[in-house]
Order: sequence, then C-alpha cells, then structure tokens
Amino acid sequence: MEFRYLPMTKEDKQEMLEKVGVSRTEDLFSDIPKQVRLNRHLNLQKPTSESQLMKELTKKANKNVNVKTHTSFLGAGVYDHYIPSIVDHTISRSEFYTAYTPYQPEISQGELQAIFEFQTMICELTSMDVANSSMYDGPTALAEAANLSAAQTKRKKILVSKTVHPESIEVIHSYAKGQGIEVVEVDHKDGITDINALENELNDDIASVIIQYPNFFGQIEPLEKVQQLVADKKTMFIVSSNPLALGYLTPPGEFGADIVVGDTQVFGIPSQFGGPHCGYFATTKKLMRKTPGRLVGQTVDEDGRRGFVLTLQAREQHIRRDKATSNICSNQALNALASSVAMSSLGKQGIKQMAWLNMQKAHYAKRRFQEKGMEVVFSGSLFNELVINVKFSVTDLNKALLEKGFIGGFDLERVDKNYSGYMLVAITEIRTKEEIDVFVEEVGAHIG
Amino acid sequence: MANQDFPLIFEHSKPGRTSFSLPELDVPEVDVAELINDVYIRKTAPELPEVSELEIVRHYTGLSRRNYGVDSGFYPLGSCTMKYNPKINEDVIRLDGFSHIHPYQDTSTVQGALEVMYDLQCSLAEITGMDEVSLQPAAGAHGEWTGLMMIRAFHEANDDFNRTKVIVPDSAHGTNPASATVAGFQAVTVKSNERGLVDLEDLKRVVGDDTAALMLTNPNTLGLFEEEILEMAKIVHEAGGRLYYDGANLNAIMGYTRPGDMGFDVVHLNLHKTFTGPHGGGGPGSGPVGVSKELAKFLPKPILKKNQNSFVFDYDRPNSIGRVKPYYGNFGINVRAYTYIRTMGAEGLKKVSEYAVLNANYMMRSLQDEYVLPYPQHCKHEFVLSGKTQKKLGVRTLDIAKRLLDFGYHPPTIYFPLNVEEAMMIEPTETESKETLDGFINTMLDIANETKVNPEIVQEAPYTTIVKRMDETTAARKPILRYKK
Repeated sequence: MEFRYLPMTKEDKQEMLEKVGVSRTEDLFSDIPKQVRLNRHLNLQKPTSESQLMKELTKKANKNVNVKTHTSFLGAGVYDHYIPSIVDHTISRSEFYTAYTPYQPEISQGELQAIFEFQTMICELTSMDVANSSMYDGPTALAEAANLSAAQTKRKKILVSKTVHPESIEVIHSYAKGQGIEVVEVDHKDGITDINALENELNDDIASVIIQYPNFFGQIEPLEKVQQLVADKKTMFIVSSNPLALGYLTPPGEFGADIVVGDTQVFGIPSQFGGPHCGYFATTKKLMRKTPGRLVGQTVDEDGRRGFVLTLQAREQHIRRDKATSNICSNQALNALASSVAMSSLGKQGIKQMAWLNMQKAHYAKRRFQEKGMEVVFSGSLFNELVINVKFSVTDLNKALLEKGFIGGFDLERVDKNYSGYMLVAITEIRTKEEIDVFVEEVGAHIG
Repeated sequence: MANQDFPLIFEHSKPGRTSFSLPELDVPEVDVAELINDVYIRKTAPELPEVSELEIVRHYTGLSRRNYGVDSGFYPLGSCTMKYNPKINEDVIRLDGFSHIHPYQDTSTVQGALEVMYDLQCSLAEITGMDEVSLQPAAGAHGEWTGLMMIRAFHEANDDFNRTKVIVPDSAHGTNPASATVAGFQAVTVKSNERGLVDLEDLKRVVGDDTAALMLTNPNTLGLFEEEILEMAKIVHEAGGRLYYDGANLNAIMGYTRPGDMGFDVVHLNLHKTFTGPHGGGGPGSGPVGVSKELAKFLPKPILKKNQNSFVFDYDRPNSIGRVKPYYGNFGINVRAYTYIRTMGAEGLKKVSEYAVLNANYMMRSLQDEYVLPYPQHCKHEFVLSGKTQKKLGVRTLDIAKRLLDFGYHPPTIYFPLNVEEAMMIEPTETESKETLDGFINTMLDIANETKVNPEIVQEAPYTTIVKRMDETTAARKPILRYKK
C-alpha cells in the first residue's frame, strides 16, 4: 500500500540503506530489546482513502447538533458570536499555521509581529502594562495567575469567589495542589461576591483574591469595592474577564488589578466543543519578569531596522528548567492570531458597539422573560447572560427546546444542587429579536 | 520575502475606518448607562486599530509572507517533528458539526463528536500500550504536569508522602524539570554515559525511597534508544518510583515498540508533533495522557466512557486528580490527529517511523565526516551533531544556523540538548523526500567548506532575509512589549 504523505521510493530506500551501511531498515531498530518489540501489527482500523474518510467523518459531524443547525442560548464561558469571514482566511495561510514557535526571528517576523500586536490589543482592552503571547485557555491562565501570586507574596492561601466559573475553580484547585496552596471559596450574595464574607477571610496570609468580571452568572462584579479591600495590602488582586465585555465596561486595570486573565474565544474562535480556545494573561510592569509563557519584544536588527524577537526568555523552561516561572511551552498562537484579526476587524468603534449590542439583547430578553412571568434570579447589573428560574427540570426543558430548534441555556443544577430549575441564558449580538421572542415563548409554554 | 519595513496594524489606523459588520439593533433600545453603576462604564476606548477590511487582509497576508512554515520548506527542527500537516485534517475540523458544537450541549446531541474522541482514546492506548487515556491536557508540558500529579496522587494514596523527587536525565527537555517543579517535586538529574544513554550506575545512586518518578523520553533527545530501559524500569520500580514517558519522540517507534511494554506507567503524547496537528506558530497543541491500570483511577475527570449504545462522561471519579483544563481538551487538535491515524492505519504509522528513522540515519551518515558526531551508533528519528570543529575556526553553531537561512532552510534546533557542545539537533521526519534531504546535506557540507575557506561569510549571515540578526540583548534589557502611539 502506498501512502500519499510518504515520498520514499524503493530506489531511494536502497540508496539510503547503502549510505547508512545496513541491508534493511529493521537493522536500525536492533537496539530495541527483543522483549519489548511489538511482534504484531497495531490493532487499528485499516488505512482509509481521502474520499472515504471525508464521507465517514462528515457523517459523524452531521450527527452533532450545532449552533449552525440550531439557535443557541448556551454560553457559560463559551459563546456564539459573529466571526468575520477574514478570520479563517487569515489563519488558513499556511505560513502561519504550519510554523513552529518563532525561534528564528529572521524568518519569523510575521508571527512575531502578529503576537506583538496581540499583546498590545490585550493591554489596551484590560488597561494593563504587559500581556503575554497567550495561554492554553482562560481557566488555566487563571490557575497560573493564582500560583504566581503565591510565589510572589510567599503566601500559601488564595481566596476565590464562588461566582468564578466552576470549571475555573476546579482547575485552580488542581494547580494549587501541586504547590501546596490552600484555596478558600468565598460565598456570593444575590449572584455577586459577598463583600463582607470576603473581608472576613482577608488577612496577612492571603496571596490573592480572585474575581470574575462579568461573573459566571453574567453579573458585573463590584471591582471597586474589592480594590478598596485589598488596597495597601500585599494581597494581589486577580481578575478573570471576558474581553468582549471590556469594550463597554471599565477595564480591571483601572481598579488596580495585578493580573487580568481570560479567554479570547469571543473574538473569532469557534466553540469547537470547548477547545482549543485562547487564554490571555496581562499584568503589571512589576510582574513582567514573573510572567509565564512567551513574550515578544520590539528591537532592531544590525542595520537598525525595526523587528521583533522572543524576549525575557530567562523566565522560561527551556532556559531555566526547574527554576522556570511556569512549565508552559506550547501556547495558542494560531488562535491568538484569529483573535487579533477579529479585534482588528472590530476596531475601536466596533468593540464597543458589539459589547453594547450584547447588553441590549440581554436586557431585552430579561424584560421578555419577566413579562412572561418568569423569575430573573439575580438583581445586579448584567452583561450578556442572566439566570432564570424555570421551576422545572432544565435538562428536560432543553430536550423539548431542542425539538423546536433551540440549544437551551446552561443547567445550573450541574454545578450546585441548590440551583435546581435555574437556567443560565446567554444572549449575544447575533440573536435576533424574533429568535429571542420565540425562545421566551417556548420556554414559557413548556413550563406552563 | 519583501525587503521593506512593515508597519504595525496600529500604524494603518485612521479614525472613521471600520471593518466590522455587526447586526443592527432590532430590539427596543434601553439606556444601558442607567442600568450600570457609572463606575463600571468604560470612559476611555481601547486603542484597537481603525482599518478597512482590505487593509487587514493586506496586513496579515504581508505578515504571512514574512513567516516560514513546513509548507514553505524543509524544517528539520529537532524534537519538534515538523512533518507535513495534511490538508484533509483542516477540512474535517471545519465541518460545522465539529467546529460549532458547544461543550455543554447534552451528550445525546454530540454523539458523533464523542465517538471520534472515544476512538482516538482507544487508538492512542493501542499505539502506546497503555490501559486508559484522557484527552484533557492542552499540550505536552501540560500532559507532563498532569502525569506527575497522578503519580503524586498514587503515592499519597499509598500513604507515602516522602516521595519528593523526580529524576530527569541531563539530556531531558526543559519542560520535564519545570513540570516537576510545578507539580511540587524537586527535580534531580541523572547523568548520561559515554554512549549518550542514561548512566545506570548514576541512576542507582540517585534513586531511593524519596523517588516519585523517573521522566524519560525514549528515544532520548540525542535520538538514541535507551537500550537498557527494562533494567532502568526495574531499578525505579523496585525503589517504589514510577516511570514517566515523555512522548515528544514517539515518531521514532510507532509499531516497533510501545512505552507500555517498556514498563512506563504514564505517557503523554504531543498530538501536534507525531500526529500532525499543525504547530500554529507555537500552538494550540494537544497533550493526551495514557496510564497503566494501576493509575487509571487518578486520571483527570471527567472520563469519556462507552455505554451500551452511547458515549457518556463519567464525573464520579473520587480518586481523580481533578480537572486540569476546562471542558474536554483541545478537541480541534484531537479531531485532526484522529483523521491522521485513520488515514495511515497501523501499516502507515509503522512506515512513518521506519522512514523517519531511515531519513535521520541517512542524513547523519552523510554529515558525519564534516561535523563531529558525538555518539556513533544508529540513531532513531533525530540525531545530534556538534559544531565544535567549526567553533575552533571561529564559526559557532548559531552562525551555521543563520547561514542556513540564506539557502531557504529552517535551521535545526541548536544548543540543545545541553550535554553536547555547540549542538545541532536534526529531525528530518518521514514526509521529506530524498531530494530534499540531499539538498540540505549539500548545503551543510558547503557551509562546512565555507567555514574553512571563508569563515566571515558564515559569521555574518544571513544576507537574504528581510531583517538581519536582531539585537536580543537590548530587547531583554529595555523591553518594549507593546505598541504605543
């Protein structure tokens, strides 16, 4: 059988074996001890032709309900937004997607400059001094931030609001375990971090306070109050933020945040079942040399021409090994590029407009739910998500909604038994008035 | 590549230009300012560029022309497995039913996606000889840390809290010791012997009742197979430690041997290397972990399972180390890897390793007369040369790498592994033709000759690139990490 990715011919093989001085390729594997040789074929499916495989995988893909076949009101950290056509055309340029990390700046200026621009855009959105080239995703970026705060303050306890995304909290716990950090979860009150509870937990042992803005329930957290609590303390202030919301909301940098992280999936990255998305990590000048991951800096070449390089590499694993600030090596460069294109496309005006549209639609949906007699659970200001109490199994409701062409909201009972009947509904700029109206009608009709 | 200064996207910006196409407001407008405390309404707009759609397209097309990928040319970057990234993979992941599914949809609505994930798990378990696989980790280093956290949980479950050390060879990838630190261990180094393999005597010396694990790539970063792997496994296991396999170099051994059969307890794979997920200019990757039965209960949760008629996630995993990543891993990369495995099958994957190893040996033997080959035995998928002869003539390995740029090649990995002076680590991969290899070999021989007759040519390279060597010292001393007007 011939394989289209393998150019070796019989003649090539013969000539190469002669050069190597062996009679068969098997001889090149003679250093593998007999006891561990695999003396059978791997038990895998037979090689499949391109057309057959495409047919089969298209069939598998078609089995999946998706946001193109159905109208989605599901968010909870992953959102259905407008993706400009130019995004996929750009990231399909194979000089970008088939390249490695830009170790050789002379032939990697394209990637390096694109990352430098991404770093700038993230700084602008968050109002922070420094942003890195990307992290795996928002939650792991947050967990890295938590670990950094412990290393920086030499303290072993962090406070996390329970309004942070539950999977982020889980990831923080997993990362903290490795470093022996204690994670204390702070309650919420009416869907917003309980500031009194937070104040009670705060003391000189606390490395950082972690808040999500807007939070998991879609509420806008009072960052100003948190800032006042941690001001003048060594405790660091870490904010996880949906970067789209920062088109309209005051950026965390203006509330004294030490580290701001989040996920740029909202800018040009499809949901693709939860990954790959793209974490961002922004911080202060003071913490620049503690930042995990790659950083691109501007410099000049021998002729004084502007150019870009990977810099401050003394932080990183390939130089510092066990003393590195993080073990991260691969990042999400291609998705950061996708987000850069989407952010460039929106520009200074579009980002505000898009954020504003999300708020408009969400508030309209809120009003419609209330008019239908449904309880909107939390009373605070919201961005593009809200919680309704349908007093009915959300899972069952979602099954019924599916029949009507909708992907319903997130069943909050999945994260807390006390939230039985609570549905977290996301309304983005691409949901039309008609879609919202019909969705509200259908939800109302089902719960009676 | 165009030889000209290239403006930043911000430098194209002009107030009033736009490239967005957002839907119009079709619901009754509310005064948002009245619904939000004024403190939380942004007063200064973020300085994102104001550009038209064509300007964006030209900008990024221009940037792409100032970049170099596998599709541009030969990319023998050792340890990175820069093989061809098949186009069908890119088409498959862009199918709506893969690209536009939400991780919180009811599992009954995503059975096609779960089936792909499940089949991939089974395939990776078979290829590595492990019992169970989780697709959750995002990349190689993330998989390493996940694996070490499982080993830690394993020891703790045995009430064994004294295993604080992770042993790594001096030739190991930098991520190995870094991951050990992040997982709360102390990294200890074991030396290589004169054949470039782990020194068993030194291993016996460092191993003990404080050993949590030995991390190993096999073949190692010199491209050499650790022949005494069974003995090493025995030494570590008898001391109560566990064996960790860094799958960065799996491209050398598929179908020939399996980490599970060599005695490894935990394995991570880099699907963006061996299994053709593109590197994307640095990511995204995917770093699944495989484990033996003994460690399976510690895998990150949830675990994807197959019931009678459907695929489901199992969250009821009391011994799990927890979640290491949101949702279910980098599905987009996993689908590409699956497509590749289905394209190649068992027969194809074995040929991949066969040809990757033959290509590397052919290049090694073709270059060994001009460059020092520190370890003369057959290599696997990559090999390491030393530029110390050239260094004596005033030409460093860095210079050789820069000179290669003039001939249109991406240079090998340089100055790694650390135990070879002036190292050049070359990994051709199986997807390159003999003509390509010969072209590169001849260029390397020409450069060796230039070094002898006219070293300045090499020392001052490159000449043909859009920028010359960059001032990295100033970049680090006075960092400029963002654009400012």
